[in-house]
Amino acid sequence: MVINMDVLKRIPVKEQDPKVRARNFEEVCLGYDKEEAMEEASRCLKCKNAKCITGCPVSIDIPGFIKAVEAGDIEEAYQVISKYSALPAVCGRVCPQETQCEQRCIRAIKGESVSIGKLERFVADWARVNDVKPEAAKEKKSQKVAVIGSGPAGLTCAGDLAKMGYDVTIFEALHEPGGVLVYGIPEFRLPKDTVVKSEIENVKALGVKIETNVVIGKSTTIDELMEEEGFEAVFVGSGAGLPKFMGIPGENANGVFSANEYLTRSNLMKAFDENYDTPIAAGQKVAVVGGGNVAMDAARTALRLGAQVYIVYRRSEEELPARVEEVHHAKEEGVILKLLTNPTEILVDDNGWVKGMKCIEMELGEADASGRRRPVEKPDSEFELEVDTVIMSLGTSPNPLISSTTTGLDINKYRCIIANEENGQTTKEGVFAGGDAVTGAATVILAMGAGKAAAKGIDEYLQNK
Amino acid sequence: MYRIVKKESLNPTVTLMEVEAPLIAKKAEPGQFIILRVDSNGERIPLTIADFNRATGTVTIIYQIVGATTQALDHLKEGENIQDFAGPLGRPTETEDFKKVAVVGGGVGCAIAYPVAKKLYEQGCEVHSITGFRNKELVILEEEFKKVSNKLVLMTDDGSYGTKGLVTDALKTLIESGEKYDAVITIGPLIMMKFVCALTKEYQIKTLASMNPIMIDGTGMCGGCRLSVGGKTKFACVDGPDFDGHEIDFDEALTRSSIYKPFERRAHEEVCHLYEMEVK
Ligand SMILES: Cc1cc2nc3c(=O)[nH]c(=O)nc-3n(C[C@H](O)[C@H](O)[C@H](O)COP(=O)(O)OP(=O)(O)OC[C@H]3O[C@@H](n4cnc5c(N)ncnc54)[C@H](O)[C@@H]3O)c2cc1C
Ligand SMILES: Cc1cc2nc3c(=O)[nH]c(=O)nc-3n(C[C@H](O)[C@H](O)[C@H](O)COP(=O)(O)OP(=O)(O)OC[C@H]3O[C@@H](n4cnc5c(N)ncnc54)[C@H](O)[C@@H]3O)c2cc1C
Ligand code: SF4
Ligand code: SF4
Ligand code: FES
Repeated sequence: MVINMDVLKRIPVKEQDPKVRARNFEEVCLGYDKEEAMEEASRCLKCKNAKCITGCPVSIDIPGFIKAVEAGDIEEAYQVISKYSALPAVCGRVCPQETQCEQRCIRAIKGESVSIGKLERFVADWARVNDVKPEAAKEKKSQKVAVIGSGPAGLTCAGDLAKMGYDVTIFEALHEPGGVLVYGIPEFRLPKDTVVKSEIENVKALGVKIETNVVIGKSTTIDELMEEEGFEAVFVGSGAGLPKFMGIPGENANGVFSANEYLTRSNLMKAFDENYDTPIAAGQKVAVVGGGNVAMDAARTALRLGAQVYIVYRRSEEELPARVEEVHHAKEEGVILKLLTNPTEILVDDNGWVKGMKCIEMELGEADASGRRRPVEKPDSEFELEVDTVIMSLGTSPNPLISSTTTGLDINKYRCIIANEENGQTTKEGVFAGGDAVTGAATVILAMGAGKAAAKGIDEYLQNK
Repeated sequence: MYRIVKKESLNPTVTLMEVEAPLIAKKAEPGQFIILRVDSNGERIPLTIADFNRATGTVTIIYQIVGATTQALDHLKEGENIQDFAGPLGRPTETEDFKKVAVVGGGVGCAIAYPVAKKLYEQGCEVHSITGFRNKELVILEEEFKKVSNKLVLMTDDGSYGTKGLVTDALKTLIESGEKYDAVITIGPLIMMKFVCALTKEYQIKTLASMNPIMIDGTGMCGGCRLSVGGKTKFACVDGPDFDGHEIDFDEALTRSSIYKPFERRAHEEVCHLYEMEVK
């Protein structure tokens, strides 16, 4: 039994050694065992007015499940979580807990917050290993609902509707369901075959049908689903869309990739595994431009494929939008941060391949609309970074495939679908939307929160129809 | 899983397959493509919809065997299944307002050009088709093209069949002889399309080129299929695959198409080797 002498401190969680993991695709964090989890659970005060819940976008009954963990009843803990979340093993791993549930934890006032994410992960992993499934709906309804996209928003919305008894079908453009969970977030943070697949299986076990290889807007349209196929409501969770580029010279040279392409090749198509056919031009010296979670993932993937890796970001470390844990892991593994640096040109050799990147140093000026200090160029500070591969990780802009083929579905000036935050209702009757397609690139749990809100919105709509 | 209902070899390296895919057949328009995966460890590759039959719910693809995936595909027999088959993707070729069009196809590109010629012809447009091949052995779709063209000029590089010369020679001859085209639609190897577009630019004839960059998802997510058109970055899978031929940066596209060459050669060798072992 682990004895925790200091209740102000969390039970530490085991991780793979940075030197070893920098060269493999196995998961970085190894998670708690049952004893450690029970010990950590005992740190929770089971607050009556639990602030942690207010920090969770899907309002998980955190003290409720932690109480069951402390008592050693992990199955009960899982059923508590399952009432609120369809993807606990995913959220326990990739949720930015430190700025959500854990930030509001009462324990955090004096010491370290309860390790809510790691406990959630433990419970979900335990349920998978012990083959415990969420409970399916007892009564079925006849109304059909279509869900577009099988990312966290779509899976959550579908799962919740299925629990209410609706007949739900997910339509997914790719050959594999999961959205960013399968093509974006790498194996070493979120194992695909074990964690993601089994949570998707759980959603299916609730009665949700998933049709892959169906591109809405091309294979069929929302209007057709509603008018010809008998779907009475539709949820759009089609994700963030096309990658952005900087518009600097040399950007279409060979060796310049979007983070989406690089990560898709590695994750969805498993290019890192020699048993799969898809190639990846990994690079020897790689610059990743950007500072979000996506940039960290691309950098750490390139590192594992054998490259020396720079993160090039125009603000300082404080402003990095990636999760603190991810930045910390990246640094530990040997990713080099080139902060306050902005690329101005990609240098190309005679064969059309990247041979370097011209950059300029930046300094922080006045705060801008987002409240962050705006980076400005330092005069005469241009220099060349010697790299053979550049990965652009600058965010995405929505794909018009769905909005342009659906009558009456309005988008805003950023081309995101307009939807009511409370219930997901769009400008078209019976059509709801949520997740990155509405907010632009955000987080797994916000997408799930939106999927959940929309499931309620759809239920109300269909009840009153 | 998508069943192969017919398989036919058109020439030593080009095969036609008819695949059961009713949803795609229902929607397909000339100029669109599908993305397939032969098996669960396979690569996603794009192939144009060469024909479709809404009644039987089948889609025809015509592919050239160039590397690992097309070889693996060619290993499948009638009655067997393709793992994944998604589409129809991309925008249909613009065929509406044309009265007289020259359709210029090169090699396996003729398979992509054929449904476009057919649609134009069915719409009452006058169609002049020019198809080019390296030699007689490689000629495909001759009869099919004849049926949907008011005029067909068949070229071979070595003169072993049809007229000796390049498709650009034939196009130039037709234009010089006074044929007035509303548009030229060209589909084939990048280098051929580059020269067709250079020629039609001289004569200021609107030209559409069907681009086939490397793709992964084909739904507008990865950015791998990007190319420069009129100085702007475009994504072939959602904005194309057809673009204004006079605006495309062909040299950049040529460089980009070679990104995975070193990898592909290796994949090819490994697969050949495997098949050899199976034969033994
Ligand atoms: C590399 C990377 C790392 C990230 N790391 C984190 C992290 O650590 N923590 C975190 O909280 N968030 C992270 N995020 C963000 C998070 O993954 C997303 O915010 C979240 O996945 C959005 O969910 P979604 O359901 O809205 O969309 P997506 O997950 O993008 O799913 C959309 C799905 O819809 C499908 N689709 C799109 N168009 C169509 C169509 N026309 N027809 C049918 N299907 C369609 C897509 O193929 C896809 O499967 C990361 C994102 C990336 C790219
Ligand atoms: C929109 C679109 C439509 C297409 N339609 C057809 C079609 O109808 N029939 C057909 O035979 N082919 C078509 N192609 C090309 C086809 O996708 C490639 O031939 C195929 O991906 C090769 O896969 P592979 O694994 O067999 O060969 P690989 O091992 O990937 O490549 C072998 C050789 O082919 C070249 N190559 C690879 N990908 C492409 C590509 N996308 N375009 C051109 N050359 C490539 C490589 O540089 C290499 O020299 C199309 C491509 C696109 C983008
Ligand atoms: S889902 Fe995310 S925010 Fe909610 S409790 Fe779990 S880790 Fe915290
Ligand atoms: S706020 Fe912290 S201590 Fe209180 S119930 Fe939530 S996790 Fe437990
Ligand atoms: S193939 Fe990925 S964006 Fe076009």
